[in-house]
Amino acid sequence: MAVFILRRLAQTLLVLFVTSALVFGGLYLIGNPIDILVNPAADEAEKLRAAAALGLDRPVLEQYWIFLKSALGGDLGKSFVFGRPALEVILERMPATLELAFLAMVMSVGLGIPLGLYAGLYPDRLSSKAIMAGSILGFSLPTFWVGLLLIMVFAVQLGWLPSTGRGPTQEVFGLQISILSLEGLKYAFLPSLNLALFKLSLIIRLTRAQVREQALLDYIRFARAKGLPRARVIGVHLLKNIMIPLVTVIGLELGSVIAFAIVTESVFAWPGMGKLVIDSIFQLDRPVVVAYLLVVVFMFIMINLAVDLLYSALDPRVRIAEAK
Amino acid sequence: MRKFLLAALATLLSWPAAAQELSIALSTPITSLDPHFHNLSPNNSMSKHFFDPLIKADERQNLKPGLAESWKAIDDTTWEFKLRKGVKFHDGSDFTAEDVLATFKRVPNVPNSPSSLAIYTKPIKEATAPDKYTLRLKTDKPYPLLPNDLSGIQILSKKVAETAKTEDFNSGKAMNGTGPYKFVEYVSGDRVVMAANEKYWGPKPAFAKVRYRMIANSPARVAALLAGDVQMIEGVPTADIERLKKDARITIASAVSNRLIYLHMDSGRERNSPFVTDVAGKPLEANPLRDPRVRKAISKMIDRDAIVSRVMEGQAQSAGQLLPEFFFGTSKRLKPEKYDPEGAKKLLAEAGYPNGFGVTLHTPNNRYINDERIAQAVAQFLTRSGIPTKVDAMPSAVFFSRGTKLEFSLMLAGWGAETGETSSPLRSLLATYDAAAGMGTANRGRFSDAGVDALLGTAIATIDDTKRGFMLAAAAEKAVGELTGIVPLHYEVSSWAMRKNLAYKARADQSTFAFEVFPAK
Repeated sequence: MAVFILRRLAQTLLVLFVTSALVFGGLYLIGNPIDILVNPAADEAEKLRAAAALGLDRPVLEQYWIFLKSALGGDLGKSFVFGRPALEVILERMPATLELAFLAMVMSVGLGIPLGLYAGLYPDRLSSKAIMAGSILGFSLPTFWVGLLLIMVFAVQLGWLPSTGRGPTQEVFGLQISILSLEGLKYAFLPSLNLALFKLSLIIRLTRAQVREQALLDYIRFARAKGLPRARVIGVHLLKNIMIPLVTVIGLELGSVIAFAIVTESVFAWPGMGKLVIDSIFQLDRPVVVAYLLVVVFMFIMINLAVDLLYSALDPRVRIAEAK
Repeated sequence: MRKFLLAALATLLSWPAAAQELSIALSTPITSLDPHFHNLSPNNSMSKHFFDPLIKADERQNLKPGLAESWKAIDDTTWEFKLRKGVKFHDGSDFTAEDVLATFKRVPNVPNSPSSLAIYTKPIKEATAPDKYTLRLKTDKPYPLLPNDLSGIQILSKKVAETAKTEDFNSGKAMNGTGPYKFVEYVSGDRVVMAANEKYWGPKPAFAKVRYRMIANSPARVAALLAGDVQMIEGVPTADIERLKKDARITIASAVSNRLIYLHMDSGRERNSPFVTDVAGKPLEANPLRDPRVRKAISKMIDRDAIVSRVMEGQAQSAGQLLPEFFFGTSKRLKPEKYDPEGAKKLLAEAGYPNGFGVTLHTPNNRYINDERIAQAVAQFLTRSGIPTKVDAMPSAVFFSRGTKLEFSLMLAGWGAETGETSSPLRSLLATYDAAAGMGTANRGRFSDAGVDALLGTAIATIDDTKRGFMLAAAAEKAVGELTGIVPLHYEVSSWAMRKNLAYKARADQSTFAFEVFPAK
């Protein structure tokens, strides 16, 4: 087990290194930040000054080398646009994205599994068919459109919820959290619902398919024949067996919810990381983009590691190989 | 008891005057509250709430007194400013010439600045304060634009200017200005909150508290206004203007802006312009775009009014020169070129291209209002009149880098004249490229004409405003009217939408100022 985790961490370092090199090179090829940042009326002296101030006057390989050296010390460079450490800029925005992702996952898991279970157990009922039809919509409607629709209906027409933005925050362990108050939840509800819709549909469909498949297997029949109560058959035997593929998907989706909340964040003017990174790409703010991707890649790897560990907990047959 | 009731009633009646809260949605987030860190329009507009410049600009960018009550050029290279007395910073300290001197010293020395305001202080060779309320500035050469340039520099208190770092402004520690609003809160990428400065020296702000929100997504911004979450928005999307005009709860304020959308053509290379081909699409050795007749022909091929009404939905004004006529240094004679495809064909034939030639039009797709769609329309007009044109649209980050490396033959771009006079686009777009002197810095077509350079050179060294205005107009007539160094398309109209009970004087510089919002009468 320990070896497995250690090996994973070593791989993580390699992946982070490759990511940083790719992003660094890619952004270098897109264009010169000086052409975007400096006022177009500025003369040559001002351009040279700005390039020197941002460290862009050196050859690109040297820039990358400087970046690597300080990255090993945990310093991912200063944002060109904000003039502050890139990591700090990202971490400051991270709680907003994380709380949105958290709410969205709670919604999609909390609703998705029961609904999927229901649709799987009673596939012929009209209500099940309605759930499935609804999930197809949730799948196929574009996020930005649904987001605007939600705003138009709940904020503009009905006036029940605020249209955009993030509610008042409270400080918890040094992080600014908004979803602990009712007022904050009001702001977070629509964006997290919008973010949850796709995952919710996915989980409904996956759960239903699993239930349909497993419900016909011998062990369920046997459990029933043994006279176990229905709740136990479903709640313990069935649920535990359908969880394995679900955990994989939920783990991956959690990562993607965090990394790709961009559309929802921009529609709802939610001040999270996604919005930040889009702006940063357009302004060629390389330190922020690199730091963002490194943080996200790191998060993905950690989530995958957690998923692998969960597997073995859920399914005794899966042993984490202490491979030689 | 009666007295108490009366007092309560009086408070109630006086309440709407100053106690309300105003919430405004901005389209572009600011990057810092440090007024000298990043020379970026949203930052500059925001800092004017907390700080004042020596000289302010009204909604049409005419200069008016700010912290300086008056100013004049004593001789060709010396300017004297009489400063306003009795102005106090938010912390209660007095404003004097010392603060101005310390500010000028800080401007070129802000660490890590991605774009410095030093370009405005650079002409100042020496700054002195003969007494507490007089400021004397010396320049190397006669520099008539000094007052315009100074309108971009916010004055800090001496203590702040000498010690504060950029992060001190973002945290609010150094936000001690003389401006109409005091700092309350800043959350990066989300909001800026401010409270009225009751002791402001100028017109008192109408709202006790102002909350700025950053909502970059246009439909979301409109929705926030309709839902009543904000009372005013900037950057109203052209597609929503008509609908909002019909909404009884909303008023729109619009003004022609100082931003010109234009075509730049490669008039520098003698041969092998990168995206010029013959009609069949094979590379063409000669560069037709060097010939002023061809450039004039391109101008005649475009039906500007059609672009304004169809693509821009009326949110633009057809352009015939570098700035709308009410700006300083414009020509009364330059009118938008008439749509004349026949005349264009004749000019093409005269220039030796009776069968036309092919070209690619490069354009950014996230920089100007409807930029890519304008390019599509232009390409169709050119194609129809014998210049088969392809459109290649790209994000501005790529566009400007490649454009600056002169990789294009024909490009669509925009220019906002910050100083509010014709010298700004003339210098940057049409003067012969000279990076060291700061001439032609955005001249991506490398247009060059000795006559234009001479006219412009004398103009920008002439202190007398009337004379300078005529010279600038003459330079514009030669560069645009006669030689078509650029093809002007239109001036953007900028719009604000707000609740019916508010009024705003729409500004030509596209700035949103809470202190210029008042309850509607």
